[in-house]
Amino acid sequence: MTLYLWLIPLLPLAGFLINGLLGSRLTKALVTTIALLAPLAALGVVVRAALLVWSSPASLPYVETCPLGWIHAGGLNIDFAFALDQLTLVMLLVITGVGFLIHIYSVGYMSLEEGYARYFAYLNLFLFFMTILVLAENALLMFVGWEGVGLASYLLIGFYFSRTSAANAGLKAFIVNRIGDFGFLIAIFLLLANFGSLSFSALAANIAAHPELQGGVITAIALCLLFGATGKSAQIPLYIWLPDAMEGPTPVSALIHAATMVTAGVYMIARTHFLYDRSPLALTVVAVIGAATALFAATIGLVQTDIKRVLAYSTVSQLGYMFLGCGVAAYSAAIFHLVTHAFFKALLFLAAGSVIHGLSGEQDLRKMGGLRKKLPITFWTMTAGVFAIAGFPGLSGFFSKDAILTAAFQQGSMGKALWFVGVVTALLTSFYMFRLWYLAFFGESRSDDHTHHPHESPWSMLGPLVLLAILSVVGGWMGFGEGLGRFGAFLRPVLTPANAPESSISTSLEIALLAIAVAVALTGWFIAHLFYGSRNNRAANLAAALPGPYKLMVGKYWIDELYNNTIIKPIFLFSRYILGWVVEEGIIRGSAWLLAGIVTLLGELLRRWQSGNLRSYAGWLAAGAALLLFAILSASLGASAFTLHLNWAGH
Amino acid sequence: MIPSSWYLILSAVLFSMGVAGFLIKRSLVTVFMSIELMLNAVNLSFVTFAHEWHMVKGQIFVFFVMMVAAAEAAVGLAIIIAIFRTRATLNVDQIDLMKF
Amino acid sequence: MHLALFLIFAAFALAGATNLLLQKHPINAALSLIVVMSSLAVLYLLLGAEFLAVAQIIVYAGAIMVLFTFVIMLLNEGVEEKTHGSRVAKIVGFPAVAVFLSLVASVILAEQNHLSPVGLNDGIIRIQDLSAVLFRDLLLPFEVTSVLILIAILGAVALARKDGHE
Repeated sequence: MTLYLWLIPLLPLAGFLINGLLGSRLTKALVTTIALLAPLAALGVVVRAALLVWSSPASLPYVETCPLGWIHAGGLNIDFAFALDQLTLVMLLVITGVGFLIHIYSVGYMSLEEGYARYFAYLNLFLFFMTILVLAENALLMFVGWEGVGLASYLLIGFYFSRTSAANAGLKAFIVNRIGDFGFLIAIFLLLANFGSLSFSALAANIAAHPELQGGVITAIALCLLFGATGKSAQIPLYIWLPDAMEGPTPVSALIHAATMVTAGVYMIARTHFLYDRSPLALTVVAVIGAATALFAATIGLVQTDIKRVLAYSTVSQLGYMFLGCGVAAYSAAIFHLVTHAFFKALLFLAAGSVIHGLSGEQDLRKMGGLRKKLPITFWTMTAGVFAIAGFPGLSGFFSKDAILTAAFQQGSMGKALWFVGVVTALLTSFYMFRLWYLAFFGESRSDDHTHHPHESPWSMLGPLVLLAILSVVGGWMGFGEGLGRFGAFLRPVLTPANAPESSISTSLEIALLAIAVAVALTGWFIAHLFYGSRNNRAANLAAALPGPYKLMVGKYWIDELYNNTIIKPIFLFSRYILGWVVEEGIIRGSAWLLAGIVTLLGELLRRWQSGNLRSYAGWLAAGAALLLFAILSASLGASAFTLHLNWAGH
Repeated sequence: MIPSSWYLILSAVLFSMGVAGFLIKRSLVTVFMSIELMLNAVNLSFVTFAHEWHMVKGQIFVFFVMMVAAAEAAVGLAIIIAIFRTRATLNVDQIDLMKF
Repeated sequence: MHLALFLIFAAFALAGATNLLLQKHPINAALSLIVVMSSLAVLYLLLGAEFLAVAQIIVYAGAIMVLFTFVIMLLNEGVEEKTHGSRVAKIVGFPAVAVFLSLVASVILAEQNHLSPVGLNDGIIRIQDLSAVLFRDLLLPFEVTSVLILIAILGAVALARKDGHE
């Protein structure tokens, strides 16, 4: 059975080409149709593949190779090859499914915007690259997808390019991503140097065949890959681009910066988990970075006033959870959280977009309020999302977050410390999400704008919201049960770590951990209710009581400024003075000047020879003739003097 | 009977004197005359070798050299007249417009 | 006999050449050159080139040098002025001439035993032999020289003409 994997990226690519090249000349309806058909068709292929695979799981992994080779140079053989296994299938379902819903949403959200066709072209381009990323059978093709989604992200963040802040944000995202990509590249080089192949299956088999390979170069490769992942998935130290990326349209934030692109880092670690399993050091680093980022971003999210910024920092924080999951070798749990996060974070972003749309562009939480009655469907769907992310029992976020925290707890003393950080972060998450909930929907309207009345969004926007809300609520049950239930069982052939801790804790401890998680979520809600449930000054008083920490959090810990002063300014100075003056002016221009100068000097010298004076010409002519004659005669005389002399003697 | 080399040495000496005349003479006409002297010296050399190897072609070459020298003398003197007309001098040191 | 003739006319040639170098007025130089050419004509005769000897007198001494003399008369430039020549000519040129002369002389002297001597009884190359080769084997160059001379005439007329004439 052929699964037609190659159609999955190519259909969005076709959509990109048609809308990108001809979009301005087509009617809006036609553009919309093409833009929606592409992801829908891709989704169709994925669903068909899923159904076929479901009936015969032993046929995986399924590989399709392009008959035209890609690189065949000496010992290096890399092909355009797509591989479908359980992990890829899960990712594809999320990407095309959630992606399609966001496409539908965008029809309503962007209906009055300029550059409609361009938007959908870029969105389809993103889908093309993202599907290549997850379908890639080798690291180089994955890198192509990796770079491509960075490009699509740049284009979409800077969609409103006439705004300086948007253009700068796009640049920042792309450049920071590129810094991470450097790590990915180094990892590719190391893989090639040490294993001679970039194909994931070949590498996994190679590693499995050599159980003595531990640490050393594998740690180096794993850490380099991790550096790339931090860039793409916005972890410490390269998370700085994600909050600024909110300059793009809200559906873009939902698709790229919540559901799909930022999860590429987590996917990459899961895909190369056979490397991480051999390097406990790298796994520790992953877990620590994940936990630290989760806590760090959550603290910043506490005091943000822009609704999208809160969600952005929340995304960074939740990605930290996924990294934590990978770091404790609970890869299935991390992917599970990835899926549920895609549901509720996309939902939250789209609902926020609906709120913004309803308020005709207002994004400041301090100016919202009382929207519960005016935007009912948005309210109820957003509520589902808020409860899911806070980890209410029964909802999707509860299962996935708990799976990660339980797995962390089982990893020795370091694991318990990480678990504690995770629990604190869950408390903060619950708090700031409910803060957002209260500020946006409850109380009296604090809006300054009294001419526009908040209106509910059209059904093109509300439909996806409802669907995502349903998924957020019930989506977690697929991971219910021993070893993540059916979800875990599905992924087990791919994501079994070498040292899997198979439920080494007692049931009572598990229930205790669960209870703590629920208690933390409820506590967060309670505190948020205290501060923001009704109109009071408790929040302002607390902020005034702790001015130091408050300022630190509002200023995002001054990380951007730190990077600016320690990295960016020195690079600018280096470029301007050393590269600009010394290399550019001095060396390059200097050497050109030198060459020209030598030629000119020579010319000046030789010029004097052309005096126009007949007699000096004659003198030189005579000298030249004498010299020539001398040369010829010396050659022949010297060589044959002796022999000739002998001949003469006998003549 | 004298050796041929005497003729050849004479030819070489005449040629060198022609070159020397080219170098030291200051009037354009005189310089031209040194050139004619050089040509004649070479002609003598050719005739000597024609006699040496009893080749007619040597003498024919001299014949052609004479023809060319005649043509060259005609044109060269015409040029000298033209130069004199424009520059009013025949001093080689003062006819140096073709300099850098 | 041959030796005596050679010595006399070689001396004439050398004297004429030396005089050419030493004279200041061009007309004197021209007359010296005529002496050189005439001596050379006799030397050609001694070498058995009868046609060339006569051609030398007619063409060279009789036509070319007369042309020179006419031009000297027309231009009437007078005695050569002493001007600062080029130092190069003296510094580079004279040593070069000396080197040249010594090189050629050394080659000739080294090979002199290979060359046959010249005497009065050696055969003369007759004009019949000359014309046989000239008008049979080398007819094309001969015709080309006539074209050459035509071109030279045209060139000389064009160059020497007064400007402004059409």
